[in-house]
Amino acid sequence: MLSRTADNLFWIARYMERAETMARLLEVGARISLLPSVHGYRSEWDSLLQASGTADGFDRKYAEPVARNIESYLFFDHDNPSSVASCLRQARENGRIVRTALTTQVWDALNTAFQELKQLERQPRSELELTQLTDWVTRHAAMVRGSIGATLLRNDGYDFLNLGYCLERADATARLLDVKYYVLLPRVEFVGSGLDNYQWMTLLRALSLHRAFHWTYAGEITARKIADFLILNPQSPRSLVASVEGINHALHRLGRAYGRETVAQVRGRQLNDMLERVTVEDIFDEGMHEFLTRFIGDVATLGYHVWESYLTGDVR
Amino acid sequence: MILTVEHVTRYGYDRPVRGLVQSHRMTPASHEGQRVIDWEVGVSDGLAGGSFRDGAGDRVTSWSVIGPVSQVEVTVRGRVETKDTGGILRGHRELVSPHCYLQATALTHPDDALLALAEEARALPEVLDAAHLLCERVAKAILWTPGVTQSQTTAAEAMSQAQGVCQDHAHAIIAAARAAGMPARYVSGYMLAEERQDAAHAWAEIHVPNLGWVGFDAANGCCPDDRYIRIASGLDAQDAAPIRGWARGDGQERLEVAVAVQTVEQ
Amino acid sequence: MTTYFNEMFQDGEVRIPYARLEGWTKRMPDALRHMKQAEAEALFRRIGITFAVYGEGGDPDRLIPFDMFPRVFTAAEWARLERGIKQRARALNAFLVDVYGRGEIVRAGRIPAHLVYRNAAFEKSVVGFVPPKGVYSHIVGIDLVRTGPDEFFVLEDNCRTPSGVSYMLENREIMMRMFPDLFRENRIEPVDSYPLLLRRTLASVAPAKCKGDPTIVILTPGHFNSAYYEHSFLADLMGVELVEGQDLFVEGEYVWMRTTEGPKRVDVIYRRIDDAYIDPLCFRPDSMLGVPGLMDVYRSGGVNICSCPGAGVADDKAVYTFVPEMIRFYLGEEPILNNVPTWQCAKEDDRKYVLENLKDLVVKEVHGSGGYGMLVGPKSTKDQIERFHARIKDDPGNYIAQPTLALSTTPTFVNEGIAPRHVDLRPYCLVGERVELVPGGLTRVALTEGSLVVNSSQGGGVKDTWVLAE
Repeated sequence: MLSRTADNLFWIARYMERAETMARLLEVGARISLLPSVHGYRSEWDSLLQASGTADGFDRKYAEPVARNIESYLFFDHDNPSSVASCLRQARENGRIVRTALTTQVWDALNTAFQELKQLERQPRSELELTQLTDWVTRHAAMVRGSIGATLLRNDGYDFLNLGYCLERADATARLLDVKYYVLLPRVEFVGSGLDNYQWMTLLRALSLHRAFHWTYAGEITARKIADFLILNPQSPRSLVASVEGINHALHRLGRAYGRETVAQVRGRQLNDMLERVTVEDIFDEGMHEFLTRFIGDVATLGYHVWESYLTGDVR
Repeated sequence: MILTVEHVTRYGYDRPVRGLVQSHRMTPASHEGQRVIDWEVGVSDGLAGGSFRDGAGDRVTSWSVIGPVSQVEVTVRGRVETKDTGGILRGHRELVSPHCYLQATALTHPDDALLALAEEARALPEVLDAAHLLCERVAKAILWTPGVTQSQTTAAEAMSQAQGVCQDHAHAIIAAARAAGMPARYVSGYMLAEERQDAAHAWAEIHVPNLGWVGFDAANGCCPDDRYIRIASGLDAQDAAPIRGWARGDGQERLEVAVAVQTVEQ
Repeated sequence: MTTYFNEMFQDGEVRIPYARLEGWTKRMPDALRHMKQAEAEALFRRIGITFAVYGEGGDPDRLIPFDMFPRVFTAAEWARLERGIKQRARALNAFLVDVYGRGEIVRAGRIPAHLVYRNAAFEKSVVGFVPPKGVYSHIVGIDLVRTGPDEFFVLEDNCRTPSGVSYMLENREIMMRMFPDLFRENRIEPVDSYPLLLRRTLASVAPAKCKGDPTIVILTPGHFNSAYYEHSFLADLMGVELVEGQDLFVEGEYVWMRTTEGPKRVDVIYRRIDDAYIDPLCFRPDSMLGVPGLMDVYRSGGVNICSCPGAGVADDKAVYTFVPEMIRFYLGEEPILNNVPTWQCAKEDDRKYVLENLKDLVVKEVHGSGGYGMLVGPKSTKDQIERFHARIKDDPGNYIAQPTLALSTTPTFVNEGIAPRHVDLRPYCLVGERVELVPGGLTRVALTEGSLVVNSSQGGGVKDTWVLAE
């Protein structure tokens, strides 16, 4: 397939996943802000901007990180390349470019999200509840994901879509975890406090994983259990290990279909091996933030090798 | 006379480029005034592509270099036996109609000074006399001064600066000739010189009824003779460029050129 | 008062090709018609066939209005059109091979040298090259108008990359979906073989160095282009890749496309970008849309480019006047289809006539297209006519003029019911090893009452075009 087509498919997936992450992040922020503040209002919302990598852009545009501005910036703002609206537009535009590589169902799902977004944008903000908005995003994300799964040919295009989804998800889960551990709760005396637990629950809720967590880990919420659940448990759909497994599955299929492996497959397996060897104790010894930073870097490097090996068309 | 040419063009990139494509017009054609004895063009790490003779009778060869690469060297080496034909191009196989060389380009757009020159030329009954007149006038109007003009300098700019190099002389002649209704074109080539130079040579050709194309070199105040080797032609310097290239990558390009044209002792 | 030829009704009688359509319209109450019209629009929007108008901004997802009332030709009418169109396509190609070779037609004094060699569309860089099978223009779109039962005129030729063929195909598709009964009652020649014929045509002009099955691609300027839908639609139906310039590169003697499995050789490029953007090494050095080095590969027989660079010199509006002469010169035949009489403003006598009669004439720019830069005398204000007067005087070589033609009308659905509206026709002739034409084309209709401008950029719509089987 044309490298550019693969690139467009890859980015449809990344943008859809990113839109969903943004919506979930907004929900985390909204729930946490309902709690009596520990550091003052500003730092909580600030942590969201930090986690989504959009703090600089926000500061340039708005003076005050109040809820309304942040919602506008993270959801609707076209100047923010990571806003939900920007991501959905980009996903649909990438879809339009490779329209013929998609089924009608996938295109319809992408296009409907885009058309409804245009309607939402015309509505007064005061009529829009944040929870409605995030529900709307997760619903459309699921529709796109579902139509891909149900209708698309299992060829290399399908693998590039999955590669995009899993790479983006690995990155997103790591960032969400990082907000909680590093940005929201920097002081060690809060660890294990009621506040701490509440924040963990919020995170799980935002990921729609709080019930799954209780089924898997009976009893009390602890940082270790959560770390295990979101990093190392392959049953958890958004865990780092599950995402990396997905990456490797897609890469393996590509290697087999094309009859050759690239450096991307090698790097993918290395990342997988690392996650299989590491324990929760190792992670806390290294420091959660340090571990996550390293992981985010590794995922970025892997993304670079996918690009270099398949998406530039320079491979020989 | 037998002339030898050694012409090296070196491209350097501060960051390696992913690949490179070039289109060369660097091989002389044989005609009455010149016979190619041997001629070789090489590109370091280059892959020779398609090659053909274009409608103007010039040999075009495509080259590509697979990256990453930081330096590319284009080397021309050859020997040509030349004969003085009084500047007249005879026996050169070409198909392009002289009418095609009446259209002005950005580099050869005439200003008032050039239009006045064209007016003066148009007053002469014989095209050949008009052509000689243009050559003399341009030689006087533009003093040969290296380093004051660039490759993008237009004929009009060179005229108003009153300084320039062979490219500017050729452009000025071409601009005025076309304005006077005479087909004119830019010719790139080599000229015998005692020392190494940092550029090849160029002059103009004007189409004269019953004679065909005749060369005029205002920079040297003469018509090309057996000291000249004719390589390629075009509407202007850009159109006749010996090398046109494109690199894929964001590296900054540096260029070095060394040309040596000598006679062989007979 | 001009009278216009109505293709359905003549002297109160329904003409034969439209015989069965009268009952169809009678059986269709307004409510049903509105419902069907809405359905058609929804279908067009769903498949994404939209049209962005150059430079007008506005809704990029705008639809070209579709009129459900078909335009019909009998088999006999079409047979004559087909012969005339094919004749013209052959002559235009013979002209192109000639003017990029020895230029016999110029030497013979049948067309002035400056019209050819000083033409902005003439490409000096392809002189001396004969493309595979001697074909320069592989898809020739010929714009025709009708003024009477047997009177057809060629309005202009499109030798570069005529667009709109996706509408011909989609209009038919939608009509068949919405009115299957009509297709049972009328025996209508199908047009859906067009993509296959196009593919076969392109494959038949594979370059000298290609052995075996050629790889064909469509080269688009990109997804921001107003015709992007058509490009991707054709690529899909032909089963070929739709590429942008950045997807192709030159290496050695060939052109390659970047794929996830490494470089894949490309043999035939159906390009939908203009000459100037094809190759920054040869044409505009600032072009980001093209492929550096492509022209060298083309000229050395490593790839074919359809239509060939330089083909535009044949469809220039000033060269157009000489097409009947080309038919006589190259084919030794008399033209089957007539040209519209044309005055060249560059000629003094013609200019004098044009300037004196502007209110009755249509004036066009020599290189204009899409209905822009055009004056329709009888429909213009005094002010507009005066402005054109000045423009022609400033740059006479840039304008030609033609009489205002009494364009035929066909019944068209309008708000009030059915009313006659003016139409033209663009069939698409394919030229490769063979010269072929699917029975049909794109009928454009001027939806505004009395308007003679059918361009989609100026409020025109489209219709399905039927050719009845014998």
